[in-house]
Amino acid sequence: MTLWGWILLACAISIATKFLGFLVPARLLDNPRMLRVAGSLTIGLLAALTAVNTFASGQALVVDARVAALLAAAVALWLKAPFLVVVAVGAVAAGIARLLGAA
Amino acid sequence: MALLQSPAVRVALSVALATGLYGVSFGALSVAAGLDLLQTMALSLLLFSGGSQFAFIGVVAGGGSGISAMSAAALLGIRNGVYGMQVNVLLRPPRRLRLAAAHVTIDESVATATGQTDPDEQRRGFWAAGLGVFVLWNLFTVVGALAGNAMGDPAGWGLDGAAVAAFLGLLWPRIRAREPAAIAVVCAVVTLIAVPLVPPGIPILIAAVVAAALGLSGLGPATEGLEPDVEPYPAGQEDGGDARSRTAPPAPRKPDAVPGPLPRAEDA
Repeated sequence: MTLWGWILLACAISIATKFLGFLVPARLLDNPRMLRVAGSLTIGLLAALTAVNTFASGQALVVDARVAALLAAAVALWLKAPFLVVVAVGAVAAGIARLLGAA
Repeated sequence: MALLQSPAVRVALSVALATGLYGVSFGALSVAAGLDLLQTMALSLLLFSGGSQFAFIGVVAGGGSGISAMSAAALLGIRNGVYGMQVNVLLRPPRRLRLAAAHVTIDESVATATGQTDPDEQRRGFWAAGLGVFVLWNLFTVVGALAGNAMGDPAGWGLDGAAVAAFLGLLWPRIRAREPAAIAVVCAVVTLIAVPLVPPGIPILIAAVVAAALGLSGLGPATEGLEPDVEPYPAGQEDGGDARSRTAPPAPRKPDAVPGPLPRAEDA
């Protein structure tokens, strides 16, 4: 399937997931176990995506300018910077690290 | 004008602006990941869930397959199903509005609604935040995608660093307690161990399985990980004399706890 196909399928699943919540009886989903799975999935996936985007290059693990972005973003978040500022800080940090010779 | 005097609507509009604005980063990163303008717009219009959208392009950017990207987005969107159920019980939208309500059921609209106590305010907050984020998120996605297209080489501009920062920014508000932080660390480590062993995209799905197992095994309070990216009712402003505290005092809440979906305790 083409990328377009996967995009539209992801969109259809997203809409179906949201709408499903409106159709099923509350009792089915509103239990601590379901909430916990939904919550830990969210945390686990975001952590995995952070790790992959920082250290993976294809199937290799590398330490490059993106690590500077990770550290700078963490500092910005710790200082309670708004999301968009955090993203900009990450970009600038990676850019500076490359200027200074990081891969 | 009566609408603008609603505390929920005011909160919703500020949340919509803050969230919508970072559609710029989604748009720019999406074209940097290799999606075109129309594909980027389709994700914001139809998938419409920030975390899942970032997940999709994050997997694609890392060289993952379409099915891995789709799976990561779908798994990250499961919480929206839980939200849908909560909104349905909380607001009882009429049947003809259900699909629209479902589409704007996202972290921010749910958090805005559940932060209010009056049912009318909850309804106004949900719709104002949901529709507000939808309009601005899509608008700024286009702005970001056009800017990203104009910039050219992503690495040259540090856009790969921006992606790293974006994911950490999405994760950050959800790991303020010890258990969620532990889940995050375990999943990050598992992912990195898996990277050299399996094709790109798959390590993220392995982490999802580990996360689900940790969730099932019962670590941490039930609402962890269900915090919005933009907190509508920041803890620091709890007694700041804003419009909200005059008319509809919210239930007291910890800064890192999303408002309980429903009077769950009373239900039991």
